[in-house]
Amino acid sequence: MIESYVPAVSTYASSIDNLFTLIFGLVGFWLILSEVVFFGLIWKFRAKDGVKTRYITGEEKHQKRWITWPHLLVLVCDVFIIVGAVRVWYDVKQNLPPAQETVRVIGQQWAWTFEHPGLDGKLGTADDIAKVNELHVKVDTLYHYKLEALDVLHSFSVPVFRLKQDAIPGRTITGWFEATQTGEYGIQCAEICGIGHGLMGARIFIESPEAHAAWLAKESPLTLTAMDTPAVED
Amino acid sequence: MAEAAVPALHDEQHHEQSFGQKYLWSTDHKMIAMQYLFTGMLMALVGGFMAYAFRMQLAFPGMDVPFYGIVSASEYNALVTNHGTIMIFWVAMPVLLAAFGNFLIPLMIGCDDMVFPKVNRLSYQIFLLSAVVILGSLFVEGGGFAGAWTAYPPLSAKAEYSQTPLGSSLWLVAVALEFVAFLLGGINFITTTMNSRAPGMKFYDIPMVVWMIVIASVLFLVSVGPLIAGAMMLFMDQNVGTAFYDPDRGGDPILWQHLFWFFGHPEVYVVMLPAVGITADVICVFARKKLFAYKTVLYTAFGTGVLSFTVWAHHQFIAGIDPRMAHIFTVTTLLISIPIAEMIFVYIATLYGGSIRLTTPMLWALAFIAEFLIGGVTGIFLGASGADIYLHDTYFVLAHFHYMFYPIAIIGTFAGIAHWFPKMFGRMMNETLGKIHFWLTVIPFNVIFIPLFILGLAGQHRRIYDYTNFPELAIQPLQDLRVLATVALLVMLGAQLIFLYNFFSSMFKGKKAGKNPWNATTLEWTTESPPPHGNWAELPTVYRGPYEYGNPDREDDYWPQNEPV
Repeated sequence: MIESYVPAVSTYASSIDNLFTLIFGLVGFWLILSEVVFFGLIWKFRAKDGVKTRYITGEEKHQKRWITWPHLLVLVCDVFIIVGAVRVWYDVKQNLPPAQETVRVIGQQWAWTFEHPGLDGKLGTADDIAKVNELHVKVDTLYHYKLEALDVLHSFSVPVFRLKQDAIPGRTITGWFEATQTGEYGIQCAEICGIGHGLMGARIFIESPEAHAAWLAKESPLTLTAMDTPAVED
Repeated sequence: MAEAAVPALHDEQHHEQSFGQKYLWSTDHKMIAMQYLFTGMLMALVGGFMAYAFRMQLAFPGMDVPFYGIVSASEYNALVTNHGTIMIFWVAMPVLLAAFGNFLIPLMIGCDDMVFPKVNRLSYQIFLLSAVVILGSLFVEGGGFAGAWTAYPPLSAKAEYSQTPLGSSLWLVAVALEFVAFLLGGINFITTTMNSRAPGMKFYDIPMVVWMIVIASVLFLVSVGPLIAGAMMLFMDQNVGTAFYDPDRGGDPILWQHLFWFFGHPEVYVVMLPAVGITADVICVFARKKLFAYKTVLYTAFGTGVLSFTVWAHHQFIAGIDPRMAHIFTVTTLLISIPIAEMIFVYIATLYGGSIRLTTPMLWALAFIAEFLIGGVTGIFLGASGADIYLHDTYFVLAHFHYMFYPIAIIGTFAGIAHWFPKMFGRMMNETLGKIHFWLTVIPFNVIFIPLFILGLAGQHRRIYDYTNFPELAIQPLQDLRVLATVALLVMLGAQLIFLYNFFSSMFKGKKAGKNPWNATTLEWTTESPPPHGNWAELPTVYRGPYEYGNPDREDDYWPQNEPV
């Protein structure tokens, strides 16, 4: 469902999409069933002259089962959804596979700064490449992101990855992603962060290893396009 | 002013009251209900106008919006913030909880007034003050608060971040005052229902809407404490330089989120339960049916209330909480579907075997069930932690909670007004206008919010004043959906003029209602319309439950609660 609107470009995107589809199927079934019964009853029991209403307390067992059984079936569906949700959540948010590369993501009013490791492949060294509103990553490479905020809450959202994580001043939050195809896509700030919240879009460039190496070579040594340099201490 | 407008006017003893005493300084529960109702309606116009302004900006970015002007980025944020705040705290709560609570509780349990009439008066006066403060906050230097109705710090805590130094503080003061007003009101609702019921009215004889308002009041009383403490800390962070939420000085911004949502989630049920209660009463009257499994409905409401205190962090899945915590909140959140589904099934079962008359109040009550179902099932997507990673803070969330709050605060309210208008003002509303208004409200409502579900799936995030800055979201098909939603909103807002005309013209010129125009069973229909001061010349006695329709032991298809066997 989601992939017909937004391409799925990370290793876990399809599991989130599948979870969505599972829920859609289950709740769609209940929604349609309830609405059909509901409108059916309104039609069947519309007021007719001379037809008296039936006196049903709904307190007796043979009456109550009409709501008890559907209700237990809803519970069964809930269990399926919980299991699906927990598994996806574990993979995306709780489990942290070992990193091949690491980037630092810094939100501030109202721009993203992305610090990429330079030619030495390490973050926090002199040849780091900091870019404003541009994140460059290699395809098929497992990245850790170290997410920070300098002022207020922001939220690092990459819809094609199905990834979203709030950034909190005073904390560094680590998460992961692995892109599955090359291309240029949008990054959003998904938490209101002041007047410029609507301007806080960035781009992610997913590159082949060769293209990424060429980009690295072009950008090194350290060049800053940032308006003001975020503090880099590690 | 025509007589019909004033519930207390028929009472001979009170003719010497001055205008101020009667309308502004009254301790009569019915007059206080009217004060809340009219204030709520006025605030709904403000909140609706805000929706109009920011939806016009979204459909036609940069446009000079008629009656408003150009919507700047900061104004946009202030508009969405105050739209949300006003619609929940100054429309849904005063109308559903306070107006219906005040009007219905004494009349439905058979007593002459609230047990603390002066506390009741104070409640409205503080509420009115809070409304003045929130409206005033829009016009101070820097403009109204613009940090979203959830007011997450540090944005809400520091003027240098929000750039609305006065607006932020006044917003907090207004919300805190509103809480005080509803604490006072809630004490009255609970105490009155527990202590002042008519002789013979046992717990299971109380009409469902009264139960629901009482349970909602309990939920509010229990949940609001942490938020008032949180709001105090935020106010001090703003104005005294404390650092409760300031990470640079040892505070934690996430603390606010826990305090806010510990209140914020039960708050959903605080406004939901009265609407659910109104629906129960209305469908029983117009299906001429006993409520299916009364006790089950009551227990599910209790169950929902208890569970609602255990789900708050589903608003914070991606906020940086410990990821292991998400599992617990996914389970509790999905479990809440159990009592709610049960409640909906009960309502559907109540229709079985009935004799359904599609009057205006019934149309609203049925629409509540049909639309609320959509709101309920879309909540499952968001309660499931894995799916929420993508959907959080998108328009999917927005569409979901509007499918909850709109049926609650608008459709449920119209059901209540259409149903009890004859009792409030002694005259009938016009059915034809009522039905036109119904269809022109409910159809556009769906045309507004179904496109917003799709926009949410397409990744449209919230609180953005102009999507042209996001290439993936600036494409024409998505813009067409935004325009569609805005056009539907214009139709819906326009249709409210029909309601206002119907409301005020019926108040003065409608057909006389008589005591019991709907042939209903509950106590409020046994007194004059409108009820005199003191409600009954002689207080009623109760002999049976509230929904005795079609009882085989009786010729009439209804059996009022107060008629001896």
